[in-house]
Amino acid sequence: MAPLISIKDLSVAFHGVPVLRGVDLALHKGEALGLVGESGSGKSVTWLAALGLLPRNARVSGSVRLDSREILGAPAAELDRIRGGRVAMIFQDPASALNPVLTIRKQLCESLALHRDISGGAVKAEARRLLDLVGIPDATRRLEAYPHEFSGGQVQRIMIAMALAGNPDLLIADEPTTALDATIQAQILELLSTIRREMGMAMVLISHDLGVVAENCDRVAVMYAGRIVEEAPANQLFADPVHPYAQGLIGALPPLDGPRRRLTAIPGTVPDPASMPDGCAFAPRCALAEAPCGIVAPSLAPIAEDRAVACIRAEASRRALLGIAAE
Amino acid sequence: MGRYFAIRIGRAALTIVLVVTFAFVVLRLSGDPALMILGPEAPPEVLAAFRKAWGLDDPIWFQYLDYFGAIAKGELGRSMRDGRPAIELVLERIPATLALTLPAFAFKVALGIPAGIYAALHRGSGIDRAVMMTAVAGFTVPSFVLALLLVLVFAVQLGWLPSGGQDSWRHAILPIVTLSLGGAAVLARFTRSAMLEVLGQPYIRTASAKGVPWRKVVTSHALPNAAIPTVTILGFMVGTLIAGAVVVESVFSWPGVGRLLVVAVANRDLAVVQCILLLVAMTMVTSNLIVDFLYGFLDPRLRAKGAHA
Repeated sequence: MAPLISIKDLSVAFHGVPVLRGVDLALHKGEALGLVGESGSGKSVTWLAALGLLPRNARVSGSVRLDSREILGAPAAELDRIRGGRVAMIFQDPASALNPVLTIRKQLCESLALHRDISGGAVKAEARRLLDLVGIPDATRRLEAYPHEFSGGQVQRIMIAMALAGNPDLLIADEPTTALDATIQAQILELLSTIRREMGMAMVLISHDLGVVAENCDRVAVMYAGRIVEEAPANQLFADPVHPYAQGLIGALPPLDGPRRRLTAIPGTVPDPASMPDGCAFAPRCALAEAPCGIVAPSLAPIAEDRAVACIRAEASRRALLGIAAE
Repeated sequence: MGRYFAIRIGRAALTIVLVVTFAFVVLRLSGDPALMILGPEAPPEVLAAFRKAWGLDDPIWFQYLDYFGAIAKGELGRSMRDGRPAIELVLERIPATLALTLPAFAFKVALGIPAGIYAALHRGSGIDRAVMMTAVAGFTVPSFVLALLLVLVFAVQLGWLPSGGQDSWRHAILPIVTLSLGGAAVLARFTRSAMLEVLGQPYIRTASAKGVPWRKVVTSHALPNAAIPTVTILGFMVGTLIAGAVVVESVFSWPGVGRLLVVAVANRDLAVVQCILLLVAMTMVTSNLIVDFLYGFLDPRLRAKGAHA
């Protein structure tokens, strides 16, 4: 089956400084992909670039195909139909993501008018239905309210309603719960996965919270310094991370069961995009780095049917994983 | 909402009282109207009679109370030069001033705001840099320099336009251009930075991510937000409609309120100066009130705050 969206060798540079350095990613219909990594690793930039939402000073290259049709550099009118219609996006800080001087009705109906073949009273009825769907009570009255009259969790629900307005095939949720209280976080994630199941929508969940991703995604891609370093089904990644960075991320999580152990932090910091080391970007922080790591950056290579890793030690890791190293 | 405006109106009234008081004190401390109007050669008994007639030898607090008592009765005093009511003198000059400041205001808005928006939307482009350089020049060059420069070029060198006076509409062109350019420059810079600020906001990205065409993102998402800070500057400009052309009227010998003010101050014609200042304070304060009201209209967040204040 052809993927819904496939990204090939996507690169982005701001003022000559590369921030995304060749990302390959594919997503099938109805699939939930988690994208994890530290801030600045390029998680959001990947999707902003794919949808043409980066400022003009960004140099974008590579390929983004939606249903096999190239959309990178597509004409504005075509991109406007895709954005919100095929691929919708919700953002981290709901409080500033809605226009403060427009009512919820105006903002919600704008999306409906753009992407649905309905008009007049039907638009308003649909707006009410969407607010009901995302759990905003008293929809008729609340439609006339302004964003500042809602709580952060409610605004994120409204953002979700707006994203659903165009019946998208793919929802990019960019840190949708980072700015919210823990209890509200759980509600929003629950809402997202319910809606996804009911509408058969694919979702990319961008997060630096591994727990959030583990619970809500089928597959996870780990990003580091503008590249994907490991990609695997969620349960396998958390059970057996292969890339030393993924191992480090998961090692930094407290275990729920088993004996208490010291949490391990990854030493050092993410390299400055303006002065990336030669070779593997993670090598300077990697406990397992060897001389060859500093020479050439490893590409993302499959180590099993549904797993890929960008590490020259991947072969060894794979053997270790399969328990055949000793033989 | 009612209380929000009650507080504002109270503050406005206090502002007017303070302005008038300040003007009253400064004018009386800075020169003797009798000497100014009658001249230094006037005999002492004439000077004394003049002072007595206008109540200038009363203690200053008495004069002050007297003055406010008169205002309460709607009397703004008479000119010491020709004895006519000050308010009459001022009112008859207002049309001439408005004939300059109203068209200038329209030009400032029509020129400055679109230039600012255009520059913001094409940030870093050649046109943006050109607009900003013109704007910086426009508000760093003082209006009297600009006025003289325009006179030199268009009246003296080219001989296209008259250099002063009020005989025809052609006489109004250079004063209006002088007033417009500086204001348009201020507005362009302000509008540009307001637009840039708004265009960087997450809700603009949200609108684009919804599939709203860019033109509509600008008109229905960015502009209403950028209007809020821009209205502040516009309000300030409305406040200067009556007496904002002092320098320009002087340079072009345009018989408006500004020129009247200059002459009245030079003569220490107290009632006239005070009358003008009262008028200026009132227009300033009124335009500020209008701006406050517009804020509430433009920004629902302030509306809500006002309702609870």
